[in-house]
Amino acid sequence: MLDPSNRPPTFAVSVPAAAAAPAAPAPVAFDIRNFCLWYGASQALREVSIQIPSTRVTAIIGPSGCGKSTFLRALNRMHELTPGVRIAGDLRLYGEDLYSPSIDATLVRRRVGMVFQKSNPFPTMSIAENVLCGLRLNGVRDQQLLRDRLEQSLRMAALWDEVKDHLYRPGTSLSGGQQQRLCIARAIAVRPEVLLLDEPCSALDPIATAKVEELIHELKKEYTIVIVTHNMQQAARVSDRTAFFYMGQLVEYAETRTIFMNPANPQTEAYVSGRFG
Amino acid sequence: MKRFFDTELENFRSHLLQMGERAMEQVRLAMRALGESDIALADKVIAADDELDQLEILIDDEAIRYMTLRGPVASDLRLIVVGMKASHDLERVGDEATGIARRSRKLAIEPRLELYADLPRMATIALEMLRDALDCFVQEDEQRALSVIRRDAEVDNLNRILYRRLTSFMIEKPETISRALELMFISKSIERIADHATNIAEEMIYLAKGKDVRHSDEIKQEGKNG
Repeated sequence: MLDPSNRPPTFAVSVPAAAAAPAAPAPVAFDIRNFCLWYGASQALREVSIQIPSTRVTAIIGPSGCGKSTFLRALNRMHELTPGVRIAGDLRLYGEDLYSPSIDATLVRRRVGMVFQKSNPFPTMSIAENVLCGLRLNGVRDQQLLRDRLEQSLRMAALWDEVKDHLYRPGTSLSGGQQQRLCIARAIAVRPEVLLLDEPCSALDPIATAKVEELIHELKKEYTIVIVTHNMQQAARVSDRTAFFYMGQLVEYAETRTIFMNPANPQTEAYVSGRFG
Repeated sequence: MKRFFDTELENFRSHLLQMGERAMEQVRLAMRALGESDIALADKVIAADDELDQLEILIDDEAIRYMTLRGPVASDLRLIVVGMKASHDLERVGDEATGIARRSRKLAIEPRLELYADLPRMATIALEMLRDALDCFVQEDEQRALSVIRRDAEVDNLNRILYRRLTSFMIEKPETISRALELMFISKSIERIADHATNIAEEMIYLAKGKDVRHSDEIKQEGKNG
Protein backbone atom coordinates (compact mmCIF):
# COMPACT_ATOMS: atom_id res chain seq x y z
CA MET A 1 0.00 0.00 0.00
CA LEU A 2 1.22 3.45 -0.82
CA ASP A 3 2.00 5.75 2.04
CA PRO A 4 -0.39 8.66 1.53
CA SER A 5 1.43 10.83 4.06
CA ASN A 6 4.03 11.48 1.39
CA ARG A 7 3.50 12.63 -2.11
CA PRO A 8 3.94 9.67 -4.44
CA PRO A 9 7.32 10.30 -6.03
CA THR A 10 6.26 8.73 -9.31
CA PHE A 11 3.60 6.60 -10.97
CA ALA A 12 6.09 4.15 -12.17
CA VAL A 13 5.24 1.44 -9.69
CA SER A 14 5.67 -1.25 -12.32
CA VAL A 15 8.49 0.14 -14.44
CA PRO A 16 12.23 -0.53 -14.09
CA ALA A 17 13.97 1.09 -11.12
CA ALA A 18 16.05 3.45 -13.27
CA ALA A 19 12.92 5.11 -14.64
CA ALA A 20 11.31 5.23 -11.20
CA ALA A 21 13.83 7.72 -9.77
CA PRO A 22 12.07 10.90 -8.66
CA ALA A 23 12.31 13.62 -11.27
CA ALA A 24 14.33 16.68 -10.29
CA PRO A 25 12.15 19.75 -9.62
CA ALA A 26 11.42 21.24 -13.01
CA PRO A 27 9.74 24.50 -13.88
CA VAL A 28 7.56 22.65 -16.38
CA ALA A 29 4.84 20.41 -14.93
CA PHE A 30 2.95 19.34 -18.07
CA ASP A 31 4.84 19.07 -21.33
CA ILE A 32 2.31 18.38 -24.06
CA ARG A 33 3.18 17.90 -27.73
CA ASN A 34 0.83 17.52 -30.72
CA PHE A 35 -1.96 16.21 -28.53
CA CYS A 36 -5.15 15.19 -30.35
CA LEU A 37 -8.38 13.73 -28.98
CA TRP A 38 -11.40 12.29 -30.76
CA TYR A 39 -14.88 11.45 -29.45
CA GLY A 40 -15.72 8.73 -32.00
CA ALA A 41 -15.29 10.39 -35.40
CA SER A 42 -15.42 13.93 -34.06
CA GLN A 43 -12.05 15.55 -33.27
CA ALA A 44 -12.19 17.67 -30.07
CA LEU A 45 -8.49 18.60 -29.72
CA ARG A 46 -6.16 19.32 -32.65
CA GLU A 47 -2.40 19.18 -32.33
CA VAL A 48 -2.25 20.96 -28.96
CA SER A 49 1.32 21.72 -27.85
CA ILE A 50 1.71 23.52 -24.53
CA GLN A 51 3.99 23.60 -21.51
CA ILE A 52 2.27 24.23 -18.19
CA PRO A 53 4.57 25.54 -15.46
CA SER A 54 4.82 24.07 -12.00
CA THR A 55 3.32 25.95 -8.98
CA ARG A 56 1.64 28.53 -11.17
CA VAL A 57 -1.98 29.11 -12.13
CA THR A 58 -2.72 28.50 -15.80
CA ALA A 59 -6.13 29.60 -17.08
CA ILE A 60 -7.82 27.96 -20.04
CA ILE A 61 -10.31 30.22 -21.82
CA GLY A 62 -12.40 29.93 -24.96
CA PRO A 63 -15.99 29.79 -26.16
CA SER A 64 -18.25 26.82 -25.36
CA GLY A 65 -17.30 23.75 -27.34
CA CYS A 66 -13.72 24.91 -27.97
CA GLY A 67 -12.23 21.88 -26.22
CA LYS A 68 -11.09 23.50 -22.98
CA SER A 69 -12.89 21.08 -20.63
CA THR A 70 -11.82 18.15 -22.82
CA PHE A 71 -8.24 19.39 -22.55
CA LEU A 72 -8.54 19.67 -18.76
CA ARG A 73 -9.91 16.15 -18.50
CA ALA A 74 -7.13 14.82 -20.72
CA LEU A 75 -4.66 16.03 -18.07
CA ASN A 76 -5.84 13.34 -15.64
CA ARG A 77 -7.26 10.84 -18.13
CA MET A 78 -10.77 11.60 -16.86
CA HIS A 79 -12.12 11.38 -20.42
CA GLU A 80 -11.30 7.67 -20.45
CA LEU A 81 -14.58 7.24 -18.56
CA THR A 82 -16.35 8.34 -21.79
CA PRO A 83 -16.69 5.50 -24.36
CA GLY A 84 -15.21 5.90 -27.86
CA VAL A 85 -12.42 8.31 -26.93
CA ARG A 86 -9.14 8.08 -28.80
CA ILE A 87 -6.00 10.14 -28.34
CA ALA A 88 -2.73 10.82 -30.16
CA GLY A 89 0.39 12.80 -29.26
CA ASP A 90 2.49 13.13 -26.17
CA LEU A 91 1.36 14.26 -22.71
CA ARG A 92 3.94 14.23 -19.94
CA LEU A 93 3.86 15.26 -16.29
CA TYR A 94 7.36 15.98 -15.00
CA GLY A 95 8.72 14.02 -17.93
CA GLU A 96 6.54 10.97 -17.38
CA ASP A 97 4.25 9.86 -20.18
CA LEU A 98 0.80 9.82 -18.55
CA TYR A 99 -0.58 7.68 -21.36
CA SER A 100 2.09 4.99 -21.16
CA PRO A 101 0.51 1.52 -20.86
CA SER A 102 2.50 0.97 -17.66
CA ILE A 103 0.76 3.87 -15.90
CA ASP A 104 -2.35 3.28 -13.84
CA ALA A 105 -5.09 5.86 -14.60
CA THR A 106 -6.24 5.79 -10.95
CA LEU A 107 -2.80 6.88 -9.81
CA VAL A 108 -2.79 9.63 -12.43
CA ARG A 109 -6.01 10.96 -10.95
CA ARG A 110 -4.51 10.86 -7.47
CA ARG A 111 -1.57 12.95 -8.58
CA VAL A 112 -3.80 15.22 -10.64
CA GLY A 113 -6.88 16.11 -8.60
CA MET A 114 -10.00 17.69 -10.01
CA VAL A 115 -12.76 20.01 -8.84
CA PHE A 116 -15.87 20.32 -10.97
CA GLN A 117 -18.19 23.11 -11.98
CA LYS A 118 -21.00 21.90 -9.75
CA SER A 119 -19.93 21.12 -6.21
CA ASN A 120 -20.49 17.42 -5.59
CA PRO A 121 -19.92 16.42 -1.96
CA PHE A 122 -20.86 12.77 -1.43
CA PRO A 123 -24.45 13.09 -0.19
CA THR A 124 -24.40 10.32 2.37
CA MET A 125 -21.14 11.47 4.00
CA SER A 126 -20.41 14.04 6.68
CA ILE A 127 -18.04 16.96 6.11
CA ALA A 128 -15.18 15.00 7.71
CA GLU A 129 -15.93 11.81 5.77
CA ASN A 130 -16.00 13.76 2.52
CA VAL A 131 -12.54 15.17 3.15
CA LEU A 132 -11.07 11.85 4.28
CA CYS A 133 -12.71 9.44 1.85
CA GLY A 134 -9.76 9.52 -0.57
CA LEU A 135 -7.31 8.62 2.18
CA ARG A 136 -9.58 5.89 3.56
CA LEU A 137 -9.99 4.40 0.07
CA ASN A 138 -6.21 4.28 -0.02
CA GLY A 139 -6.24 2.24 3.16
CA VAL A 140 -5.10 4.85 5.68
CA ARG A 141 -6.17 3.79 9.19
CA ASP A 142 -3.88 5.95 11.36
CA GLN A 143 -6.41 8.04 13.31
CA GLN A 144 -3.92 10.75 14.23
CA LEU A 145 -2.88 11.14 10.61
CA LEU A 146 -6.52 11.29 9.52
CA ARG A 147 -7.33 13.93 12.16
CA ASP A 148 -4.31 16.01 11.16
CA ARG A 149 -5.04 15.75 7.46
CA LEU A 150 -8.71 16.68 8.02
CA GLU A 151 -7.76 19.90 9.77
CA GLN A 152 -4.92 20.74 7.37
CA SER A 153 -7.07 20.21 4.29
CA LEU A 154 -9.98 22.23 5.65
CA ARG A 155 -7.62 25.00 6.73
CA MET A 156 -5.98 25.06 3.30
CA ALA A 157 -9.43 25.25 1.74
CA ALA A 158 -10.19 28.21 4.08
CA LEU A 159 -13.17 26.31 5.48
CA TRP A 160 -11.91 25.14 8.90
CA ASP A 161 -13.16 28.08 10.95
CA GLU A 162 -16.62 27.76 9.45
CA VAL A 163 -17.07 23.98 9.97
CA LYS A 164 -14.80 22.97 12.86
CA ASP A 165 -17.72 22.77 15.31
CA HIS A 166 -19.90 20.54 13.13
CA LEU A 167 -17.57 18.28 11.22
CA TYR A 168 -20.06 15.41 11.36
CA ARG A 169 -22.97 17.19 9.75
CA PRO A 170 -23.73 16.16 6.16
CA GLY A 171 -21.50 17.80 3.53
CA THR A 172 -24.64 18.79 1.67
CA SER A 173 -25.78 20.92 4.64
CA LEU A 174 -23.21 23.58 3.67
CA SER A 175 -23.86 26.58 1.41
CA GLY A 176 -22.90 26.39 -2.27
CA GLY A 177 -19.63 28.25 -1.75
CA GLN A 178 -18.75 26.13 1.29
CA GLN A 179 -19.56 22.92 -0.62
CA GLN A 180 -17.19 23.97 -3.41
CA ARG A 181 -14.42 24.65 -0.87
CA LEU A 182 -15.23 21.25 0.72
CA CYS A 183 -14.63 19.65 -2.69
CA ILE A 184 -11.31 21.48 -2.92
CA ALA A 185 -10.42 20.22 0.59
CA ARG A 186 -11.34 16.69 -0.52
CA ALA A 187 -9.17 17.04 -3.63
CA ILE A 188 -6.14 18.28 -1.69
CA ALA A 189 -6.48 15.80 1.21
CA VAL A 190 -4.71 13.12 -0.85
CA ARG A 191 -1.91 15.62 -1.57
CA PRO A 192 -2.04 15.75 -5.35
CA GLU A 193 0.62 17.65 -7.30
CA VAL A 194 -1.79 19.28 -9.68
CA LEU A 195 -5.27 20.67 -9.12
CA LEU A 196 -7.60 20.94 -12.10
CA LEU A 197 -10.50 23.34 -11.61
CA ASP A 198 -13.34 23.19 -14.13
CA GLU A 199 -15.28 26.47 -13.81
CA PRO A 200 -15.17 26.21 -10.02
CA CYS A 201 -17.01 29.48 -9.38
CA SER A 202 -19.69 29.45 -12.06
CA ALA A 203 -22.42 28.57 -9.53
CA LEU A 204 -21.12 30.80 -6.73
CA ASP A 205 -22.04 34.30 -5.55
CA PRO A 206 -19.39 37.06 -5.62
CA ILE A 207 -18.38 36.56 -1.97
CA ALA A 208 -17.93 32.80 -2.34
CA THR A 209 -16.13 33.43 -5.64
CA ALA A 210 -13.72 35.82 -3.94
CA LYS A 211 -13.00 33.19 -1.26
CA VAL A 212 -12.28 30.49 -3.85
CA GLU A 213 -10.03 32.91 -5.81
CA GLU A 214 -8.16 33.80 -2.63
CA LEU A 215 -7.75 30.08 -2.01
CA ILE A 216 -6.40 29.50 -5.54
CA HIS A 217 -3.87 32.24 -4.89
CA GLU A 218 -2.77 30.54 -1.66
CA LEU A 219 -2.74 27.02 -3.09
CA LYS A 220 -0.43 27.88 -5.97
CA LYS A 221 2.43 28.11 -3.48
CA GLU A 222 2.28 24.31 -3.31
CA TYR A 223 0.23 23.15 -6.26
CA THR A 224 0.23 23.47 -10.00
CA ILE A 225 -3.24 24.74 -10.84
CA VAL A 226 -5.05 24.64 -14.17
CA ILE A 227 -8.40 26.43 -14.23
CA VAL A 228 -11.05 26.50 -16.93
CA THR A 229 -13.16 29.63 -16.66
CA HIS A 230 -15.69 31.57 -18.71
CA ASN A 231 -15.11 34.63 -16.57
CA MET A 232 -12.44 36.74 -18.25
CA GLN A 233 -11.91 38.92 -15.19
CA GLN A 234 -11.39 35.80 -13.09
CA ALA A 235 -8.78 34.49 -15.51
CA ALA A 236 -7.09 37.90 -15.40
CA ARG A 237 -7.18 38.02 -11.58
CA VAL A 238 -6.03 34.54 -10.64
CA SER A 239 -3.79 33.21 -13.39
CA ASP A 240 -0.14 33.65 -14.30
CA ARG A 241 -0.49 32.29 -17.82
CA THR A 242 -3.54 32.03 -20.05
CA ALA A 243 -4.28 29.73 -22.97
CA PHE A 244 -6.99 30.60 -25.50
CA PHE A 245 -8.61 27.63 -27.23
CA TYR A 246 -10.87 27.80 -30.27
CA MET A 247 -12.34 24.90 -32.24
CA GLY A 248 -10.07 22.39 -30.56
CA GLN A 249 -6.90 24.34 -31.26
CA LEU A 250 -4.64 26.29 -28.95
CA VAL A 251 -4.77 29.74 -30.58
CA GLU A 252 -2.56 31.66 -28.18
CA TYR A 253 -0.73 30.92 -24.94
CA ALA A 254 1.18 33.60 -23.07
CA GLU A 255 1.61 35.46 -19.80
CA THR A 256 -1.87 36.49 -18.61
CA ARG A 257 -0.96 40.18 -18.77
CA THR A 258 -0.02 39.79 -22.44
CA ILE A 259 -3.27 38.00 -23.29
CA PHE A 260 -5.34 40.74 -21.66
CA MET A 261 -3.23 43.78 -22.53
CA ASN A 262 -1.76 43.05 -25.93
CA PRO A 263 -2.65 39.67 -27.39
CA ALA A 264 -0.81 38.71 -30.57
CA ASN A 265 -3.74 36.99 -32.28
CA PRO A 266 -6.81 39.00 -33.44
CA GLN A 267 -9.10 36.10 -32.45
CA THR A 268 -7.78 36.26 -28.88
CA GLU A 269 -8.28 40.04 -28.83
CA ALA A 270 -11.87 39.65 -30.07
CA TYR A 271 -12.62 36.95 -27.50
CA VAL A 272 -11.19 38.65 -24.40
CA SER A 273 -12.84 41.96 -25.26
CA GLY A 274 -16.24 40.35 -25.92
CA ARG A 275 -16.37 41.03 -29.69
CA PHE A 276 -16.18 37.38 -30.64
CA GLY A 277 -18.90 35.78 -32.76
CA MET B 1 -19.50 41.36 -33.39
CA LYS B 2 -20.69 44.81 -32.39
CA ARG B 3 -21.33 45.34 -28.70
CA PHE B 4 -24.18 47.46 -27.37
CA PHE B 5 -21.69 49.83 -25.70
CA ASP B 6 -19.39 50.31 -28.71
CA THR B 7 -20.91 53.76 -29.31
CA GLU B 8 -19.39 54.86 -25.97
CA LEU B 9 -15.91 54.12 -27.33
CA GLU B 10 -16.75 55.91 -30.58
CA ASN B 11 -17.93 58.98 -28.65
CA PHE B 12 -14.78 58.89 -26.52
CA ARG B 13 -12.61 58.76 -29.64
CA SER B 14 -14.49 61.60 -31.33
CA HIS B 15 -14.31 63.81 -28.21
CA LEU B 16 -10.55 63.36 -28.15
CA LEU B 17 -10.27 64.28 -31.84
CA GLN B 18 -12.54 67.28 -31.25
CA MET B 19 -10.27 68.36 -28.40
CA GLY B 20 -7.24 67.95 -30.69
CA GLU B 21 -8.84 70.20 -33.34
CA ARG B 22 -9.72 72.82 -30.71
CA ALA B 23 -6.19 72.79 -29.25
CA MET B 24 -4.59 73.23 -32.68
CA GLU B 25 -7.00 76.05 -33.52
CA GLN B 26 -6.06 77.81 -30.26
CA VAL B 27 -2.36 77.63 -31.19
CA ARG B 28 -3.03 78.93 -34.73
CA LEU B 29 -5.14 81.84 -33.42
CA ALA B 30 -2.61 82.73 -30.70
CA MET B 31 0.18 82.86 -33.31
CA ARG B 32 -1.99 85.01 -35.57
CA ALA B 33 -2.75 87.38 -32.67
CA LEU B 34 1.02 87.64 -32.11
CA GLY B 35 1.86 88.20 -35.79
CA GLU B 36 -0.91 90.74 -36.37
CA SER B 37 -0.72 92.40 -32.93
CA ASP B 38 -4.44 91.65 -32.62
CA ILE B 39 -5.46 92.19 -28.98
CA ALA B 40 -9.12 91.25 -29.57
CA LEU B 41 -8.06 87.93 -31.09
CA ALA B 42 -5.69 87.30 -28.16
CA ASP B 43 -8.60 87.88 -25.77
CA LYS B 44 -10.71 85.43 -27.72
CA VAL B 45 -8.01 82.75 -27.39
CA ILE B 46 -7.75 83.36 -23.63
CA ALA B 47 -11.52 83.11 -23.20
CA ALA B 48 -11.79 79.91 -25.30
CA ASP B 49 -9.35 77.95 -23.10
CA ASP B 50 -12.26 76.99 -20.86
CA GLU B 51 -13.71 74.84 -23.67
CA LEU B 52 -10.57 72.69 -23.68
CA ASP B 53 -10.67 72.37 -19.90
CA GLN B 54 -14.28 71.18 -20.11
CA LEU B 55 -13.40 68.64 -22.81
CA GLU B 56 -10.62 67.29 -20.62
CA ILE B 57 -13.06 66.79 -17.75
CA LEU B 58 -15.58 65.14 -20.09
CA ILE B 59 -12.97 62.73 -21.50
CA ASP B 60 -11.74 61.78 -18.01
CA ASP B 61 -15.31 61.20 -16.92
CA GLU B 62 -16.06 58.99 -19.94
CA ALA B 63 -12.83 57.03 -19.40
CA ILE B 64 -13.50 56.34 -15.71
CA ARG B 65 -17.09 55.41 -16.44
CA TYR B 66 -16.02 53.01 -19.19
CA MET B 67 -13.38 51.37 -17.02
CA THR B 68 -15.84 50.96 -14.15
CA LEU B 69 -18.78 49.62 -16.13
CA ARG B 70 -17.33 47.86 -19.18
CA GLY B 71 -14.17 46.18 -17.86
CA PRO B 72 -12.04 46.96 -20.93
CA VAL B 73 -9.05 44.79 -21.86
CA ALA B 74 -6.49 44.67 -24.70
CA SER B 75 -6.88 47.45 -27.32
CA ASP B 76 -10.02 48.86 -25.63
CA LEU B 77 -8.07 49.36 -22.41
CA ARG B 78 -5.14 50.90 -24.28
CA LEU B 79 -7.51 53.31 -26.04
CA ILE B 80 -8.99 54.47 -22.72
CA VAL B 81 -5.62 54.90 -21.00
CA VAL B 82 -4.04 56.62 -24.01
CA GLY B 83 -7.12 58.83 -24.46
CA MET B 84 -6.85 60.08 -20.87
CA LYS B 85 -3.15 60.83 -21.23
CA ALA B 86 -3.50 62.49 -24.63
CA SER B 87 -6.32 64.70 -23.33
CA HIS B 88 -4.01 65.99 -20.57
CA ASP B 89 -1.37 66.77 -23.20
CA LEU B 90 -3.95 68.62 -25.31
CA GLU B 91 -5.13 70.60 -22.29
CA ARG B 92 -1.52 71.68 -21.74
CA VAL B 93 -1.24 72.64 -25.43
CA GLY B 94 -4.25 74.89 -24.79
CA ASP B 95 -2.50 76.40 -21.76
CA GLU B 96 0.57 77.16 -23.88
CA ALA B 97 -1.65 78.79 -26.53
CA THR B 98 -3.22 80.93 -23.79
CA GLY B 99 0.27 81.89 -22.60
CA ILE B 100 1.27 82.94 -26.12
CA ALA B 101 -1.95 84.99 -26.41
CA ARG B 102 -1.27 86.78 -23.09
CA ARG B 103 2.28 87.67 -24.14
CA SER B 104 1.12 88.78 -27.59
CA ARG B 105 -1.27 91.23 -25.85
CA LYS B 106 1.70 92.82 -24.02
CA LEU B 107 3.85 92.91 -27.17
CA ALA B 108 1.06 94.41 -29.29
CA ILE B 109 1.36 97.78 -27.54
CA GLU B 110 5.17 97.96 -27.87
CA PRO B 111 7.35 98.67 -30.93
CA ARG B 112 7.88 95.47 -32.84
CA LEU B 113 11.19 93.59 -32.64
CA GLU B 114 12.60 92.01 -35.78
CA LEU B 115 13.17 88.58 -34.37
CA TYR B 116 9.67 87.23 -34.93
CA ALA B 117 10.60 85.41 -38.10
CA ASP B 118 11.57 82.06 -36.58
CA LEU B 119 8.53 81.83 -34.34
CA PRO B 120 5.90 81.14 -37.04
CA ARG B 121 8.24 78.55 -38.58
CA MET B 122 8.59 76.79 -35.23
CA ALA B 123 4.83 76.97 -34.67
CA THR B 124 4.16 75.51 -38.12
CA ILE B 125 6.37 72.50 -37.36
CA ALA B 126 4.82 72.03 -33.90
CA LEU B 127 1.31 72.15 -35.43
CA GLU B 128 2.30 69.65 -38.14
CA MET B 129 3.61 67.35 -35.43
CA LEU B 130 0.35 67.69 -33.51
CA ARG B 131 -1.68 67.02 -36.68
CA ASP B 132 0.37 63.92 -37.53
CA ALA B 133 0.19 62.60 -33.96
CA LEU B 134 -3.61 62.96 -33.95
CA ASP B 135 -3.89 61.37 -37.40
CA CYS B 136 -2.12 58.35 -35.95
CA PHE B 137 -4.99 58.12 -33.49
CA VAL B 138 -7.29 57.39 -36.44
CA GLN B 139 -4.92 55.41 -38.65
CA GLU B 140 -2.69 53.74 -36.01
CA ASP B 141 0.37 54.40 -38.20
CA GLU B 142 3.49 53.61 -36.20
CA GLN B 143 5.96 55.02 -38.77
CA ARG B 144 4.20 58.36 -38.86
CA ALA B 145 4.20 58.52 -35.06
CA LEU B 146 7.94 57.76 -35.02
CA SER B 147 8.58 60.59 -37.48
CA VAL B 148 6.75 62.98 -35.11
CA ILE B 149 9.07 61.92 -32.28
CA ARG B 150 12.14 62.45 -34.47
CA ARG B 151 10.97 65.94 -35.52
CA ASP B 152 10.96 67.14 -31.91
CA ALA B 153 14.73 67.67 -32.18
CA GLU B 154 14.14 70.18 -35.02
CA VAL B 155 11.94 72.38 -32.82
CA ASP B 156 14.35 72.05 -29.87
CA ASN B 157 17.14 73.23 -32.12
CA LEU B 158 15.21 76.25 -33.45
CA ASN B 159 14.37 77.20 -29.86
CA ARG B 160 18.05 77.06 -28.89
CA ILE B 161 19.11 79.18 -31.88
CA LEU B 162 16.47 81.81 -31.13
CA TYR B 163 17.45 81.82 -27.45
CA ARG B 164 21.06 82.60 -28.38
CA ARG B 165 20.08 85.31 -30.85
CA LEU B 166 17.73 86.96 -28.36
CA THR B 167 20.43 86.85 -25.66
CA SER B 168 22.90 88.68 -27.93
CA PHE B 169 20.18 91.12 -28.91
CA MET B 170 19.45 91.96 -25.27
CA ILE B 171 23.15 92.60 -24.59
CA GLU B 172 23.42 94.90 -27.58
CA LYS B 173 20.13 96.74 -26.96
CA PRO B 174 19.21 96.62 -23.29
CA GLU B 175 16.05 98.66 -23.96
CA THR B 176 14.59 95.58 -25.70
CA ILE B 177 15.05 93.24 -22.75
CA SER B 178 11.42 93.05 -21.67
CA ARG B 179 10.18 92.45 -25.25
CA ALA B 180 12.96 89.96 -26.03
CA LEU B 181 12.11 88.04 -22.84
CA GLU B 182 8.48 87.76 -23.93
CA LEU B 183 9.67 86.30 -27.26
CA MET B 184 11.89 83.85 -25.40
CA PHE B 185 8.91 82.64 -23.38
CA ILE B 186 6.81 82.31 -26.52
CA SER B 187 9.57 80.30 -28.17
CA LYS B 188 9.65 78.05 -25.10
CA SER B 189 5.85 77.65 -25.28
CA ILE B 190 6.09 76.46 -28.90
CA GLU B 191 8.86 74.09 -27.94
CA ARG B 192 6.57 72.71 -25.20
CA ILE B 193 3.72 72.26 -27.70
CA ALA B 194 6.08 70.12 -29.81
CA ASP B 195 6.90 68.13 -26.65
CA HIS B 196 3.20 67.46 -26.07
CA ALA B 197 2.84 66.37 -29.73
CA THR B 198 5.76 64.00 -29.11
CA ASN B 199 4.04 62.60 -26.02
CA ILE B 200 0.86 62.03 -28.00
CA ALA B 201 2.82 60.28 -30.77
CA GLU B 202 4.42 58.00 -28.16
CA GLU B 203 0.98 57.26 -26.74
CA MET B 204 -0.30 56.42 -30.23
CA ILE B 205 2.47 53.84 -30.66
CA TYR B 206 1.40 52.29 -27.37
CA LEU B 207 -2.20 52.26 -28.62
CA ALA B 208 -1.32 50.61 -31.93
CA LYS B 209 1.38 48.19 -30.83
CA GLY B 210 1.23 47.94 -27.03
CA LYS B 211 4.87 49.08 -27.07
CA ASP B 212 6.16 51.74 -24.67
CA VAL B 213 8.69 53.93 -26.53
CA ARG B 214 8.88 56.76 -23.98
CA HIS B 215 12.35 57.89 -22.99
CA SER B 216 13.86 55.97 -25.90
CA ASP B 217 17.17 57.70 -26.57
CA GLU B 218 17.53 55.77 -29.81
CA ILE B 219 14.55 57.42 -31.54
CA LYS B 220 15.44 60.90 -30.27
CA GLN B 221 19.05 60.46 -31.39
CA GLU B 222 17.82 59.55 -34.87
CA GLY B 223 15.98 62.89 -34.89
CA LYS B 224 19.08 64.82 -33.78
CA ASN B 225 21.18 63.14 -36.46
CA GLY B 226 18.56 64.21 -39.01
